[in-house]
Amino acid sequence: MNTIYSINGPVVKVRDTKDFQMLEMVYVGNRRLIGEVIGVTSELTTIQVYEGTSGLTVGEPVTPTGAQMSVTLGPGIISNMFDGIERPLKELGRKTGAFIEDGTEVSSIDMEKQYDVTVTVSVGDSLSSGQIYATCPETEIVQHRCMLSPYIKGGKVTYTAPNGRYRVGDTVVKIDCDGEETELSLCQKWPIRTPRPIAKRLPLTRPLITGQRIIDTVVPVAKGGAAAIPGGFGTGKTMTQHQLAKWCDADIIVYIGCGERGNEMTQVLEEFSELIDPKTQRPLTDRTVLIANTSNMPVAAREASIYTGITLAEYYRDMGYHIAIMADSTSRWAEALREISGRLEEMPAEEGFPAYLPSRLSEFYERAGYVNTLSGKEGSVTIIGAVSPQGSDFSEPVTQNTKRFVRCFWALDKSLAYARHYPAINWTMSYSEYNDDLSDYYNKNVAPDFMDKKLRISNILHEETNLMEIVKLMGADVLPDDQKLLIETARVVRVGFLQQNAYHKDDTYVPLKKQYLMMNIILSLYEKAKEALSHKVLVSDIVATGWFEKLIKVKYDIPNDKPEMFDGYEKEMQGDFARLIAQQAEN
Amino acid sequence: MAIKYIGLSEINGPLVMLDNVSGISYDEIAKIKLDNGTERLARVVELSGDKAVLQVFEGTTGLSLKNTETQFKGKPMELPLSTEMLGRVFSGSGKPIDGLGDIFPDKFADINGKPLNPVHRVYPRNYINTGISSIDALITLIRGQKLPIFSGSGLSHNKLAVQIVRQARIAEENGQEFAVVFGAMGVQNDVAEYFRRSFEETGVLQKVVMFLNLSNDPIIERILTPRCALTAAEYLAFEHDMHILVILSDITSYAEALREFSSSKGEIPGRKGYPGYLYSDLASLYERAGIIDSAKGSVTQIPILTMPNDDITHPVPDLTGYITEGQIVLDRGLDTTGVYPPVSVLPSLSRLMKDGIGEGYTREDHSSVSNQLFASYAKVQDARALASVIGEEELSAGDKDYLRFGTLFEKYFLCQSFDENRSIDETLDLGWELLSTLPRSELDRVDEEHLNRFYDNEKAKIKFGL
Repeated sequence: MNTIYSINGPVVKVRDTKDFQMLEMVYVGNRRLIGEVIGVTSELTTIQVYEGTSGLTVGEPVTPTGAQMSVTLGPGIISNMFDGIERPLKELGRKTGAFIEDGTEVSSIDMEKQYDVTVTVSVGDSLSSGQIYATCPETEIVQHRCMLSPYIKGGKVTYTAPNGRYRVGDTVVKIDCDGEETELSLCQKWPIRTPRPIAKRLPLTRPLITGQRIIDTVVPVAKGGAAAIPGGFGTGKTMTQHQLAKWCDADIIVYIGCGERGNEMTQVLEEFSELIDPKTQRPLTDRTVLIANTSNMPVAAREASIYTGITLAEYYRDMGYHIAIMADSTSRWAEALREISGRLEEMPAEEGFPAYLPSRLSEFYERAGYVNTLSGKEGSVTIIGAVSPQGSDFSEPVTQNTKRFVRCFWALDKSLAYARHYPAINWTMSYSEYNDDLSDYYNKNVAPDFMDKKLRISNILHEETNLMEIVKLMGADVLPDDQKLLIETARVVRVGFLQQNAYHKDDTYVPLKKQYLMMNIILSLYEKAKEALSHKVLVSDIVATGWFEKLIKVKYDIPNDKPEMFDGYEKEMQGDFARLIAQQAEN
Repeated sequence: MAIKYIGLSEINGPLVMLDNVSGISYDEIAKIKLDNGTERLARVVELSGDKAVLQVFEGTTGLSLKNTETQFKGKPMELPLSTEMLGRVFSGSGKPIDGLGDIFPDKFADINGKPLNPVHRVYPRNYINTGISSIDALITLIRGQKLPIFSGSGLSHNKLAVQIVRQARIAEENGQEFAVVFGAMGVQNDVAEYFRRSFEETGVLQKVVMFLNLSNDPIIERILTPRCALTAAEYLAFEHDMHILVILSDITSYAEALREFSSSKGEIPGRKGYPGYLYSDLASLYERAGIIDSAKGSVTQIPILTMPNDDITHPVPDLTGYITEGQIVLDRGLDTTGVYPPVSVLPSLSRLMKDGIGEGYTREDHSSVSNQLFASYAKVQDARALASVIGEEELSAGDKDYLRFGTLFEKYFLCQSFDENRSIDETLDLGWELLSTLPRSELDRVDEEHLNRFYDNEKAKIKFGL
């Protein structure tokens, strides 16, 4: 029997054994704590333990399970809340109360619950890996599609159960796999560190629509892409992630609270059960999976939580859904890597992080993608990872390495956050490499000149940034009139367009059409003002028309469902400016 | 009959090593008896085969390889708990030091606590009125929150903490009880005495549990101090339904103790020599604030930390900011110009305030006022920066308005005396009066309806003598 030889924090070692595989899941000690093998030599096997090791004794047994660290995949995942190794927190709470005890065994999904199963194959059909053999409604809006595990080669269907109510573990289909009969239930297992196979990757041509103006218009992310949100504390990383989780047009959201605050997870749980998804008229929890490994839960499970989350996402992607993952925060995950690496006495690279940090980060972000699944459907996984840079310094290793593996970067800015300009995404430091890939979509589906208008808005902001250098040194009064006008317009763009109020019923989610119309009217004001200027109207008179202030408030004044009101604004503005020019001519 | 191990095999800083041990569990507590009859407590921090590494709480001064007898207790460090603890003073490791003898324990609890299951947390919503304008209006403290004070050496963080304790109406409804748990880590003797005296003067001393690890006390004991304090707080809150305010001072000393311990253990250092697990370790303290669904009490934490060299990017304030639900930042510039409390408004934040203010909690216009004050005060900084380059005379009329607003804001809103307790209505009305000194068109964070009701330029002019 294998027994514990040494214990140091979450790292346990076993001596002189050849019984363990790399990355195998094991039970540690008499309390059967869950652990994972992370190093094997002929003398020592190193195990990281996913629960507290307090009270563990040298000589207690370590039992191999023969399988890698895996998650159970089946109906019952959606609207559930798990810890980092897919243990349902409600179930844990039922067993141990408000505080989580170590060594509590619970099943990941409720095996007793019955589902209305429709078998979609018939006897004699051939079933190959990844193909769907049964469906059942998991929540009101998510249909669960049971697929043949990619580990099973496939074969002829020899038995199908009649449609009806079944528990998760009941056999619904049997197949003959090279002469061997295999029973298929509603669930399967999958190792968390292995990406699930796909048929083919597809180009990223559709945006993930979030209803957040700065994201959708200025720095969009594609479905199947990856984006990073770096920002110091208090800049609104979590707030932005919450907004995206609430409003983005993915079918399913996987929200990973990785080493973050407990109260935040409670908030997500509370808020999402009250909020109604406008598309489906169902609570947001019906499309959300929460993975909560708060900062005070064991660090090894925090490391695993990211992989657990992405594996769940890939599983639903394989069914043909579009998934968005919110990983908050990947820095905590990197720190968990560092902490465990330190306990293993590995040679540190930058800032104490292990040398394999970049490869782990790239492995994670590469699991995003828009694909043809093995079941012949299209699905996608979009990863949105928050990064918490140490000391708000973007040159630290996690931010820098993340930047190399994502194509969309939403840099949060402290000075914007200090002025309570939310979302505090800095428009000069942020970028999206998806702009070109997505321009067709925007031009076709919103307006033919969408990209054109967007470019002009970006230019105004860019020019303002340049002018602000001068203003900082000499004051705004020295600028010529056309530049003063540009600064006024840029203010409308910043305050009226980029800044968005998450607590306002209309402004919290803005459809693309209204985003376009808002850009349109701001640019139209700028044009008219420039024309007035060319007729020698004073800038102060132009500002005195009140149109700049009016357009700043347009986000509140025109409801999302009344885009036709923009026409009225346009007409009124035209009249006002015509009068202004006429008056000037008279004088 | 428990086994006693005679002698040690190695002593290194606060750590001692023992050979040929068996049946020892990780994190277990041991009693080391010296041949002069004194006793010290130690904790198992590493086990490897028949070797054990222990950290000695009271330090290793006077220990030799042969003058000790070590006896293991078979369980992790536990704190005896009882409601009798109220009004008592304990050492950093939980021993009574006020000469009143041991307490009669109702139960024992592991000082490391257990992680709170998020599904059993109750999201904090009830605000605590501290009577301090800058906090109530802009950085509202919520019951069950962890809101640290980021300060610097020589700033008035202690005075502010005392004022919060004295004025905070934390448990007004349902006749629930209120108590303070004070954990001092590495603070000077006179600072601890200042807190004790202030508690006495305000008449709350009988409601205070103090855990004192002074600056000359052993550092390993400092690592236990906040854990003992929080264990006591959790016990009073979750088993006796009391509302507990925990004040921990100074977290920087605590982190330095952790660094000292880590380096003597030979661990690989992270940033600035602090151990790689500093984040997890601080989180295991801060996350012990909150409210649970099975009890009526709450634990609210106000940790105090001094930023070395006033640097907010130093690892300790930096990691703290990532865990806590906001921060109150004190500013040396304001302090030197005589502003008390010297709250630096812009970097300060309360993450929970958005759900605990407004109609039904404070006043419906609260969030408008606070957003506008933040936004306008941010513009004051721009105007000041410009004024320092081109001179105040050259500023545009709009910028001059902001300069004036900034001065008035600091003089009337931030500044208040140590015994001034402002109600939330007074604070918000004051906010509106200050905003009214600006042109109405500048107030872009407030909706029309509130402007119509509260904006009064004439009144503001009279009030501030403009």
